[in-house]
Parts: sequence; structure tokens; C-alpha cells
Amino acid sequence: MGAQVLTITSGKGGVGKTTAVANLAVALAADGARVACIDGDIGLRNLDVVMGLENRIVYDVVDVIEGRCRLRQAMIRDKRLPELYLIPAAQTRDKSAVTPSDMIRLCNELRAEVDWVIIDSPAGIERGFKNSIAAADRVLVLTNPEVSAVRDADRVIGILEAEEKGTPALIINRLNPVMVKQHDMLSADDVLDLLAIKLIGIVPEDEGVIVGSNRGNPVALEPKSRAGQAFRNIAKRLKGENVPFMDLDAGTSLWSRLMGRK
Amino acid sequence: MSDSNSLIEIKGLRDGLLVTMSDASWDESRAALMEQIETRGSFFQGARLALDVGGMVFHVNELSELRDMLSERGVNLWAVVSESPTTQKTSQLLGLATRISKPRPQEMTRPTAEPAGEGKAMWIGRTLRSGTRVEFAGNVIVVGDVNPGAEVVAEGNVIVWGRVRGLVHAGAGGDASAFACGLDLSAAQIRIGGVAAVPLERSGEVRPAKYFLEDGIVKSELWQSNQS
Repeated sequence: MGAQVLTITSGKGGVGKTTAVANLAVALAADGARVACIDGDIGLRNLDVVMGLENRIVYDVVDVIEGRCRLRQAMIRDKRLPELYLIPAAQTRDKSAVTPSDMIRLCNELRAEVDWVIIDSPAGIERGFKNSIAAADRVLVLTNPEVSAVRDADRVIGILEAEEKGTPALIINRLNPVMVKQHDMLSADDVLDLLAIKLIGIVPEDEGVIVGSNRGNPVALEPKSRAGQAFRNIAKRLKGENVPFMDLDAGTSLWSRLMGRK
Repeated sequence: MSDSNSLIEIKGLRDGLLVTMSDASWDESRAALMEQIETRGSFFQGARLALDVGGMVFHVNELSELRDMLSERGVNLWAVVSESPTTQKTSQLLGLATRISKPRPQEMTRPTAEPAGEGKAMWIGRTLRSGTRVEFAGNVIVVGDVNPGAEVVAEGNVIVWGRVRGLVHAGAGGDASAFACGLDLSAAQIRIGGVAAVPLERSGEVRPAKYFLEDGIVKSELWQSNQS
């Protein structure tokens, strides 16, 4: 029946949804899958920048929905991976330009073309969010180890359950093992204690992610990046592989050893 | 449930609201529905709506327009029931249900009009997440947690077999003999009758507790295994 439609959402803004979409898409595509990403944040598009494809946009998702171009024309091919595509959001429109049924139709058309459709949901729980989850077969909820982000994630999980989207899986993004150790940050266990859903990955905090986003080079393409490794592991788990969770303390102990030696 | 308005009939179902259209024209019925939603905002807010349109014929653009109109008003259209094959096909195309008999494990967040009684209790066998509000004119039993941002408002007692980090309000109708109890209420917001409680200071170990009114003040009692 073709592609799986995967939506990444969070409730709260700024937790790293767009970065996660770009990295998971890159990781899946680098592994040989055909992937299309849709930027669901109409009016505030970012995914094109994070993927480094900003200057290639001709048509966007609203153009497809309103029939100004064919689907293929709006699929921007990635410059690194031949089977990775981006369908950008319209920047001059807003969320009301798209309806949930438009998204379902669009994704059904995409299912025949690719193996994965990854939708980047906007923050919030309003129209844009509803559009983004309408077509999803699976939903990943992304949160940071922060009280406010976790509460919003809880709200979103509740809505997803009420909409019969099934129980989503959780990505904890930007975990800083040093801060957790000092009890300055929620641990993964604290987060799971409240949200009580299945964990699919923990991404450690990594400055390289910001650099990568600014340059349009997702870190999942960098073999040495720890955050990149975490995203690659999530991509493997999405495909059903059993990948053990990374030892996040490994980096820490080396760091503290170096600091201690001085 | 429809009052002055006889163009549409609104009925509560286990899994949402059922709106039945009369024989009036679609424009009139739709206007009547929107008017009802506008005037009774809190009743419709967040509701799942099923629509029985009888034999009326709808095409995709009409139904999707209706769905968008409803969703802008915070109402979720989930089913359109019709005898017309065209309309049925349309609803399937839009991913709407065409039958409403499907049982659904949804919490009953709509207040029921039944009188509070000793034996009346609402059973909730799962965790209430942020944004969920449960109201009941009787006792409420939750087996699961009440997460921050979730609210349980009962005219009777509230009993939670789990952790409460949201709001529990017992005796919401003014019953001063109501109580709230739970396995861990240390981070809860508690109200009994019309009085808000100052939460107990957390002293290391978490213990089940019961909150009740005494002389107009909320008192608490920690459960102890060697007591009573």
C-alpha cells in the first residue's frame, strides 16, 4: 500500500521538530529509502532552510492543493540524496489555506511515490496541527526535558488519543546528561513517568545541531555527531530494527575526566 | 434538547452529539446549527459531532466546507449519516464515519443531568492527560493518574488510584461533606465545596491522603497502615 505517513509534533514550539524531521528524513534516505517531507507550518516555513533547499523553491504545498502545479513539480529533490524530497510550505499564506482532507488527499497521492512521508507539524494544537496529523499513520511526539515542554506534550498525546490516532511514540530531544546528573534537568525517566508512552529515542544536546541547521546540513549525515547517531538510531527503530539506546554518559565521563585532570 | 429551534434536533450520544436535520433547506438547517453552536458555546466546545442529513445529497466541497466551519468553532465533525449513496461516498472520501453505532472508549466529559446520589459514580479507568476535563454530578473514580492540566470536577467525592498533579474538585455543587482522596496528592490542586486547599508540604515519602472540609477549612489526613 506504499508509504508510511509519519507526523512529528510537540505542542510547544522551539523544541526541535523541524530539525528532527530533517534529520530523520536524511537518515532514512541515506539508508536507501525514498522519503518525502512536508512542511506543515504554512506561513512560517523553516524546513527548507534546515535542509538547505531554500533557494530551490518554485512551487509549494498550497500550490499543489489549489491545483496550480502537479505534485511532482512541488517535490524539491535534495542536493545530497537522490531519493529525498521536500514539499515546502507556502510562506505568504496561513494555516487556513489547507484542510485536513486536503492533507489526506495529498498524502494518499504521495504514498505511491515514496516509502516514507514525514510531516513537520507546526507548534500548537490548532488548525495547522490538525492538518498535520490528519493523514498520519504514526505520530512521534517530540519534547525537551523541561516541565513546560513535557506538559504540552501530555496535552498533545491526549488529543491524539481522543482523535484515535493511536498512542504516539516519544522522542526526548536536547537531553544534557551533565545537567541531569546534577539534578538541574528532568531525566528521561522523569519525562516518561508523566507521559507514560513508548520511548523511541533520546537525542543528546549537541551544538553541532544548531550549526548544521544554520548551514542546511542535518547532523544525521555526519558520522561522528552524537546527535546525528541518535537520529540515525531512531530512523532504524522506525523501520522496526531493534537498536539499543545510546549510552549518553559515555561522552560525559570523558568530558569530566578531561576537566578533572586539568 | 433543541429548544426554540425546531429545524435541528440535538441529542447526546455515548460518543458525542448527534444532530438530526429536519426537512428544511440545507442553508436554513446549517444556519440553525451554527446559531446553536454560537449561543451554547461551552456545550459544543470540543464536541464530536455526528450529523444525520436524511436523504440530502452532498458533494465533497460542501461537506468539507461544513467541517471547516465546525472546526473553526471548536467542533469536530466525525460522522455524516445519510440514506443517499452519494453523500455516503462523499463522507468516506473525507474520512468521516458513515455509521455511528461503533462503540468507542471515550470518556464522558459531557456533564450528565442525573441527580447526585450515593450510588452514582463515574468510572475512569485510565490516566487523564492535560486538557481533559471530567465533570459529573456524583462521585468520580479514576484508576490512573490525573496529570497537570487535567481537571476532575465532581458534585460528590473524588477517588484517585494514582497520582494527582492536576485539579480535583469534590463537592462542586456545594456539598460540604464531600472528600477527595488519592495515592499521591502532594502536587495536586484540591478544592472541596467552595474552598481551595493549601497543599500539604511534601515531606520526603509520598503517602495516600484524604482531603475534606471541617469548619469551613480543608483538612487533610495521611493514610497510615498502623492506624485505625
